[in-house]
Amino acid sequence: MPEQKYSRKDFASDREVRWCPGCGDYAILTQVQKVMPQICDELQLAREKITFVSGIGCSSRFPYYMNTYGFHTIHGRAPAIATGLQVSRPDLQIWVVTGDGDGLSIGTNHLVHCLRRNVDLKILLFNNRIYGLTKGQYSPTSRQGKRTKSSPMGTIEQPINPISVAVASEATFVARTVATDTAHLQEVLLRAAHHRGTAFVEIMQNCNVFNDGAFDSFSTRAVRADRSLYIRHGQPMIFGKNNDRALRMPSGNPEIVDLAKFPKNKLRPYDETSERSSTANVLAHLNEDQFPVPLGVLRCIKKPTYSELLDDQIQTAEKRRGKKDFMTHVHSGEIWTIDG
Amino acid sequence: MAIMDARPGEITIKEPEVQESVIIRFAGDSGDGIQLTGSLFTHDSAALGHDISTLTDFPAEIRAPVGTRAGVSSFQLNFSSGEIHTPGDRLDVLVALNPAALAVNLNDLPPGGIIILNEDAFNKTGLKKAKYGASDPRDDGTLAGYQVYPIPITSLTLAAVEPLGLGKKHASRCKNMFTVGLIAWIYDRPIDGLLRQVDMLFDKKKRRTTTPEKYEIFTEANRLALRAGYNYADTIEMFISKCRVGKANLPAGTYRRVTGNEATALGFLAASTISGLELLYASYPITPASEILHELSKFRHLGVRTVQAEDEIAAVGMAIGAAYGGKLGLTGTSGPGVALKSEAIGLAVMAELPLVIVNVQRGGPSTGLPTKTEQADLLQAMYGRNGECPVVVIAPQSPADCFGMALEAYRLAIKYMTPVFLLSDGYIANGSEPWRIPDNSELPDISVSFPDDPEEFQPYARNPDTLARPWAIPGTPGLEHCIGGIEKEDIAGKVSYDSANHERMIHLRDEKIQKIANDVPNIELFGPKSGDLLVLGWGGTYGAIRHAVQNAQKHGLSVASAHIRYLNPLPTNLGDILRDFKQVLMPELNSGQLRMLIRAEYLVDAVGLEKISGQPLQTNEVENRIYKMLGFSPAGKPEPTITANNLTSIQEA
Repeated sequence: MPEQKYSRKDFASDREVRWCPGCGDYAILTQVQKVMPQICDELQLAREKITFVSGIGCSSRFPYYMNTYGFHTIHGRAPAIATGLQVSRPDLQIWVVTGDGDGLSIGTNHLVHCLRRNVDLKILLFNNRIYGLTKGQYSPTSRQGKRTKSSPMGTIEQPINPISVAVASEATFVARTVATDTAHLQEVLLRAAHHRGTAFVEIMQNCNVFNDGAFDSFSTRAVRADRSLYIRHGQPMIFGKNNDRALRMPSGNPEIVDLAKFPKNKLRPYDETSERSSTANVLAHLNEDQFPVPLGVLRCIKKPTYSELLDDQIQTAEKRRGKKDFMTHVHSGEIWTIDG
Repeated sequence: MAIMDARPGEITIKEPEVQESVIIRFAGDSGDGIQLTGSLFTHDSAALGHDISTLTDFPAEIRAPVGTRAGVSSFQLNFSSGEIHTPGDRLDVLVALNPAALAVNLNDLPPGGIIILNEDAFNKTGLKKAKYGASDPRDDGTLAGYQVYPIPITSLTLAAVEPLGLGKKHASRCKNMFTVGLIAWIYDRPIDGLLRQVDMLFDKKKRRTTTPEKYEIFTEANRLALRAGYNYADTIEMFISKCRVGKANLPAGTYRRVTGNEATALGFLAASTISGLELLYASYPITPASEILHELSKFRHLGVRTVQAEDEIAAVGMAIGAAYGGKLGLTGTSGPGVALKSEAIGLAVMAELPLVIVNVQRGGPSTGLPTKTEQADLLQAMYGRNGECPVVVIAPQSPADCFGMALEAYRLAIKYMTPVFLLSDGYIANGSEPWRIPDNSELPDISVSFPDDPEEFQPYARNPDTLARPWAIPGTPGLEHCIGGIEKEDIAGKVSYDSANHERMIHLRDEKIQKIANDVPNIELFGPKSGDLLVLGWGGTYGAIRHAVQNAQKHGLSVASAHIRYLNPLPTNLGDILRDFKQVLMPELNSGQLRMLIRAEYLVDAVGLEKISGQPLQTNEVENRIYKMLGFSPAGKPEPTITANNLTSIQEA
């Protein structure tokens, strides 16, 4: 139990931050550093128990800038490496930092399996819908038609949706936020920190060099209230500057209703704990040109974590067969003795 | 052999003839329970005090078409009263449960050898499936010169278990036990031990089933079949005499029989106990390494954590994660899996973490020959990564040796903070031999220290003796730092793109590995310290080389052998040894990979004996080459000039 309360400074490393000026990653770093003292306080966690594991890409430089333990690994494999760390060191709080290329292209496999295993990790996927570190190729989340260095006539690929991947992978915690909405980002980070199991957080983050303005259509201060939908557990999905519109899903088909005409009490409150993932899935698939973009915690359910189940088996086996050491083990079973 | 003259009707049962060693191969369809039969008989042999060595061969397909050559599975056992190192080249006895088994294995039985045939399987269909066509090998001259015992094994088994009322399918499955009974009689052994093993086998199954009464019946059926085989041999007077193999003169101690993969798993378990660090084994199923995963998965009660990863890359990633966390991070695979893990192994080299990678080599390239053996991943282990990326490479030489070498892998990985490759192979992984369980005092020291002083801590400050960096693990107050795959500044460990620093770090990483040469045992010579020929090998070819050299020494030749278990770095005395021999022969199951390294390192004109057929090296192959290199015709060899009695003194001289 830490004796002192930490401050933001305690989480800032002495290394010079080297993202491009104006990069959305700065905002995320600041919010993470800001929220860490509160997380440590609420979870009675010492700073040395916190470890950041990342893959490759702009976002994956993150651990260097945190004054915690950090492991900047290889492209796409951070969830696997973090799984090994978590399974052998369940006492740690482990954060995985990845991006849309790292987590959803080269490393999709590990992300999916980490989520289905419910390893106790907090995964932050910085989605800027572009390859930044390799200087401007389209990513698996780039919108179809996006012109980039590797797609001068526009990409012909259907983008992948991080939230629907997470939901389809049986993730127990799925959230989305935007780097520019600092208060919301903090709130989601705190929720993720409290979740036991894999917490998946997509953070939409602007790459001002190679994909500037990718999220402007719904995330700038001017349009945010009308074009974003802040999901809150137990509340109906209301949005708009004057809270005058709502999203509802009769028979699973999303529609926007005008609250001047539609009675508010007929709106169903959002249930993030629902075992069924259909609502979260519909939200993930909303066309962002026609619908507001859902942000917040879309899913948060309780399931045993991977290491809880594994440690249970170890304890059960020890109880059933007796806790043995190596020598007792090799001297039991089919052995024979030769006398000298 | 006395039974060569067997003629029904003119028999006098003689006293059992004493033989030094016997090589039996059980062969049949992959569904015939051949591996079980062999295993059972092997354990009985070991328990009777023989030295043993086994070899298995089975198809890559789970159930290849019944009765075809592709579906033949075999288990070979060499049991002996002398010291043996291999399952043997040439069979004494071949048990063939069907025509395909005969066709596939006959080449390994020299003329005069015993063939026990399941006559019931030699029908039209069986012969056709085995591609014998219209001609029956039993009477077309194929088996001339062999002692052939055709026995209706299936029908005799069915008759024996008939009282139990099992269906034909289950009843005929007991025919493998009938053959065990037959062989037990021929080699003059009591069947109590074998019956006990049948009980133990089904006890295990009974405990894990909801229908134990079914297994009650199966136990009884197998017991009946085993007795029937024994009694049949005793009654029928087909075999003229019994043979007996004496007890081997093994060192005193408690033994268990281990396959290479079992011994590997036990070695890692021991490493975990000795170091006091929990083991995490992350692996993706792959032949022939999966048994290590199966074995370690049984050790939950010993605190072992196993994860069946989603792929090879995840498996090595998880192992690296565990190592970063201060535990024993371990992954295991075969060649294709190593190809996938290469980038991550590079990360462990850069991050200088104690990672152990087991490669149970199989035939390559690509998917290659999954169930066959090869030693063709040596250069992959040495160099198969981007950049200058040195790792320690060690290789066990026999199934039991896997135990000690698995321990060595962790001793070196932890002491020097480096990835270590353990290069096993399919031959020793599936082969078995007696393993003397060591005392605690014989186990190596694997001491671990995690730094905890923030004042003195630098992530890449090195121990001056070992050049190892500190193993600073998450959870230690005040030691927060970040490591990773980008080049690090010497001592301080921060990201550094400085060219002089990069060059220094490359040299440091290399020097650290090279220093380990001073911490590994000298290579041992078997035979004279200098002479005409040195036979130099590594890995699973040990037994064949040792046996061949021993035979050549008995014929008075100036030949010695040495076996390299530490491949990178090489033992410091190897150069001197090489210089003291006029010629060097290097048998390998590849195109000369170690030979290339040895020639480059020592500028010695080593000659290769390369075998890449997926089959293990045989004694006679090495022996013939020895004679040829020393001026004898391929077939000819000098008369023995040395007896076993004065061999030792000549070797010592």
